[in-house]
Amino acid sequence: MSITEHGISPENPVPGVHPPATLQPSTPRTPTGALTRWLRLAFPVLVLGFFALATIVPSWLAPFDPLAINPVDAFSPPGPGHLLGTDESGRDIYSRIIYGARPSLLIGAAATAIGLGLALVLGTVAGFGGRWLDAGVGRILEVLFALPGLLLALVFIALAGPGVGTTVVAVGLTTAPGYARLIRGQLVALRESPMVEAATVLGRSRAKILFTHLLPNALAPIAVLGTLGLGQAVVWAASLSFLGLGAPPPAPEWGAMLSAGRTYLSLAWWMTFFPGLAIVLVAAAATVLSRALNQGGEK
Amino acid sequence: MTPKTAPPRSTDRPLKAVYWVLGKIGGGVFVLWAVATAIFFGIRMIPGDPAQAIMGGPGSQASAEALAQARADYGLDQPLAVQYFSQLWRLATGDLGTSYSLKIPVAEVLRELVPPTLTLAVLALLVAWVLALAVATASIRSGAVGRALASGLEIISAAVPHFWLASVLIMLFSTTLGWLPPVSTQTPAGLVLPVATLALPLAGFLGQVMRDSMLDAHTSSFALSARARGESENGVLLRHALRHAALPGIALSGWAFGSLLSGAVVVESIFARPGLGRSLLSAVTARDIPMVTGVALLSAATYVVIMAFSDVAERLADPRIGTA
Amino acid sequence: MTEPARPAFEVANLNVFFGAHHVVRDVSLRLEPGSCLALVGESGSGKSVTARALIGLAGARSTVRADTMVISGRDVRSLGQRAWRKLRGKDVGFILQDALTSLDPLRKIGREIDDTLRLHTTLSPSQRAGRVLELLEAVGLDDPVLRAGQLSGELSGGMRQRALIASAIALDPGLVIADEPTTALDATIAAQVLDLLGELRRQGSAMLMISHDLAAVSRVADTIAVMQHGRVVESGPAQRVLADPEHEYTRRLLRAIPAGKPRHTRLSPGPVRTPAPAKAAVSATAPVLTASSLAKTFKARGRADFAAVSNVGFQLLPGHTLGVVGESGSGKTTTARMVLGLLAPDSGSVELFGKPWSKLPESGRRPNRPLLGAIYQDPLSSFDPRMSVGKLLADALSSGATRNPRAYSGRIAELLGLVGLEQTLATRNPETLSGGQRQRLAIARALAPNPRVLICDEPVSALDVSIQAQVLDLLDELQRELGLSYLFISHDLSVIRHMSDHVLVMQGGVVVESGATEPVFSNPQHPYTKALLSASPELVTGE
Repeated sequence: MSITEHGISPENPVPGVHPPATLQPSTPRTPTGALTRWLRLAFPVLVLGFFALATIVPSWLAPFDPLAINPVDAFSPPGPGHLLGTDESGRDIYSRIIYGARPSLLIGAAATAIGLGLALVLGTVAGFGGRWLDAGVGRILEVLFALPGLLLALVFIALAGPGVGTTVVAVGLTTAPGYARLIRGQLVALRESPMVEAATVLGRSRAKILFTHLLPNALAPIAVLGTLGLGQAVVWAASLSFLGLGAPPPAPEWGAMLSAGRTYLSLAWWMTFFPGLAIVLVAAAATVLSRALNQGGEK
Repeated sequence: MTPKTAPPRSTDRPLKAVYWVLGKIGGGVFVLWAVATAIFFGIRMIPGDPAQAIMGGPGSQASAEALAQARADYGLDQPLAVQYFSQLWRLATGDLGTSYSLKIPVAEVLRELVPPTLTLAVLALLVAWVLALAVATASIRSGAVGRALASGLEIISAAVPHFWLASVLIMLFSTTLGWLPPVSTQTPAGLVLPVATLALPLAGFLGQVMRDSMLDAHTSSFALSARARGESENGVLLRHALRHAALPGIALSGWAFGSLLSGAVVVESIFARPGLGRSLLSAVTARDIPMVTGVALLSAATYVVIMAFSDVAERLADPRIGTA
Repeated sequence: MTEPARPAFEVANLNVFFGAHHVVRDVSLRLEPGSCLALVGESGSGKSVTARALIGLAGARSTVRADTMVISGRDVRSLGQRAWRKLRGKDVGFILQDALTSLDPLRKIGREIDDTLRLHTTLSPSQRAGRVLELLEAVGLDDPVLRAGQLSGELSGGMRQRALIASAIALDPGLVIADEPTTALDATIAAQVLDLLGELRRQGSAMLMISHDLAAVSRVADTIAVMQHGRVVESGPAQRVLADPEHEYTRRLLRAIPAGKPRHTRLSPGPVRTPAPAKAAVSATAPVLTASSLAKTFKARGRADFAAVSNVGFQLLPGHTLGVVGESGSGKTTTARMVLGLLAPDSGSVELFGKPWSKLPESGRRPNRPLLGAIYQDPLSSFDPRMSVGKLLADALSSGATRNPRAYSGRIAELLGLVGLEQTLATRNPETLSGGQRQRLAIARALAPNPRVLICDEPVSALDVSIQAQVLDLLDELQRELGLSYLFISHDLSVIRHMSDHVLVMQGGVVVESGATEPVFSNPQHPYTKALLSASPELVTGE
């Protein structure tokens, strides 16, 4: 069972569905060789594995203290001494990226959890709660959609004040409505499927059908969504940090590093390029992995 | 059991159109009301003095007079219901209040900001459309190379944040090559990088969706029928596949426009370009609530209008919708 | 016809490969002008690929080789793309199956037909518009001006197929290739389309007709070629092939056709399972299932109410089969859903073994659910995609208590044996099974709770003829062995006639005729029954 199987895909939106920017159909059009298939799994696993390790034990991977100031070495370009160069205070960029994995990924993971959790509640209520609840949830989602992406996050931050906690909730809120619609569509499609009819004819109760057929079949696509959402949430959270609304400056958080590097863009491109590359790698790995999972589910 | 004949077109079309317009307006008003209400109660749910929050939080060190002024402006000494309804009434009559950071009416500020943001978003949407169609067509016509290109764009669109893409483009075209200004000036050259930053990821996404739809059309039975009539590959592409490819693009344009408004926040601040997004950011940083409310309401209204347009465009492009 | 007749087309030793797959092997065919050749085979036999290869559209990834390939007197083996395009549409007309997908849903019918003229003639747009209207009239569409301005989605299936034919014959091609032109149509409409094609032939076009259905082509074909696994296994004059088939496969196909075969005649080869004496002696005569004046109207906002079923009543006797036949929109499936308790009737009621059924709440029905089983046209979609064959059966056997196949391994083996599936399939996912195996699995699952009644909704409609024969034989055996009663629903009159003791003929939600099968069909009273009978493809042989 996959997200696209029931036609809930961007090119075939359930009336009024606005898909999150990255949820794309993953119909394999070409016979892909064993090599590309291997790459499709190996690339995300290696990238995410590396950053997961960096999250747990950054000291194993990082040669320098991420906060150690060394003005003599300021603005060293990438080279043998400092693999990815240094920033305006002579701090090692590579070590900062390694140490930055923890705040960046944890913020992303927490935001995804909040977004998916909220989406799961809204989507399930809309999918199973009957016509009125469905319409009510639809209205709520319509309002959330009217402030797309960062706009909703910014309005929330304007009310609650900037900070890491706010960022997590804001990003969760931003991603929730898209997922909620997808989950609802998934559940509605499952609810109407001949599988449910067959189970009814076999004498299963509604509750039994919900727990043995509907929810388990809806879970696999939600895992795919979660993987995809992680990459997106890391990007959103970094965007907010970049705009100066997330983690405060000295912390080695990726978005904040980029924001700091912006001032020296013409002087030290590596200060901006490499933290951004880390974000791109994580987001791309999450996208590729979620697609592999989706296809694996399709068989 | 579906009857094979399509149901006859309803005869009361004008009436239906009126209902449709009324429904859209009703939905739009509801959205605006909900946004205004959420912000109104949001401020008051935050612990502390709402006047303080309106003035930018405890850190703003607002003077006692300013706080008193805010209390009077917002009628904070009155019962909550009175405050709420008078606030709604003010908003409904177009009075968005005065910006605390800029000290001028919010409506006036917004009037200045809409054209630049709209220019940016519309241009980016057009460029993304053209690129997406080009990518889709190329991937159909050129086999493996086109597919690799399309697939690469797809991943990029999913993974590359606007702020990083903007930085890379500036490094490349301004710092290194010196072709384009790193700051958005009033000249057309100043628009190139901001538009490219917004358009590229969107093009990747739209291109992917259009490519799938185009490939479906290209391998469909009706394309085979056309070829069997003697139609050339270019003819199949032009007369059949292109139109099918455009459909999902049109359907997603409302959503795409929303994502462009969101992206404008980042792009406008990186390229120091005046506009809604950048003003929202500075209003958020200054916690200028009247300004935030104004931009939020305006964005929501824009989004509602764009979605309605996109709906109409979809119906025009796909005659199948609305006949059922 | 003074000059020696030049064949409409001739191929010798045609081979088509898709990469390493050799899908068409040494096929040689020849078609004389004005005659009709039917290429018959089941899915995967290579018949459609052969047809597409003849117009150079076998696909970009295919390799086509032939010793001879002549169309309208031209050797097409070395034709360039431009020359092919000139040939297609002008010398060869091509009609695909299912006009809903074969006409661009976004373009007007008139434009699609106009394309043929635009590409091959120098007529002015207004001349072409006039010709389009003539063509639409020629294929029997009423109000051509209206039709030309409509989209394919606004036309009925039969009208769409006619429009597609109009686009293929716009330039009077000497050869018309029709790939399953009537498969997606209701029987009465299909008969009309076949008549139209027959008329074309009388006007002098040669016709190559691709079909899976020997009975359907028997009334139009002069010559029949039977394909299996990419090869032509038998070909010859239609009368001879149908009356005196030489190849084993042709004989098997002919045997599989249910039309004209009395009840309980086997349609498939293979060992006959000695029918054990019915476990439950069918001696009782009280009906197992009674429906009285069932009615169901669907209401949709902004649309006229649709009376799907009105005043339908019947009795199903123990050990008997009640066939329900009708075309799409006749209310068959709605009736089945009401009988299954999935849809509440607006009025009327269903009784199971003389006790209330449709009037009970679902919780009241549940204890008696095991009495009633169901199989569907698309079995795969009725299986939970997460469950293997063994798990599906364990789930059904344990009333949902467990999905562990080991707990019920004995019963699972028994069920698999009962429906003729190998024991090794128990660990497989249903997705990996063939269509016939899936339907057998669906039957096994339906039989797990030991039901007395099976509701079979189009159970063989998606299957190839020979697989259909096997499934029908299986259902017949099981009925006799287990004393089951069937409510058997199909659009296919010959299947119904072969399987049923009693029939209901439905049209527009109403039963127009009912009674014991043979009397109803040998002496039909209602005009609709007569129309269905005359439209139902029967073997036209010399016998």
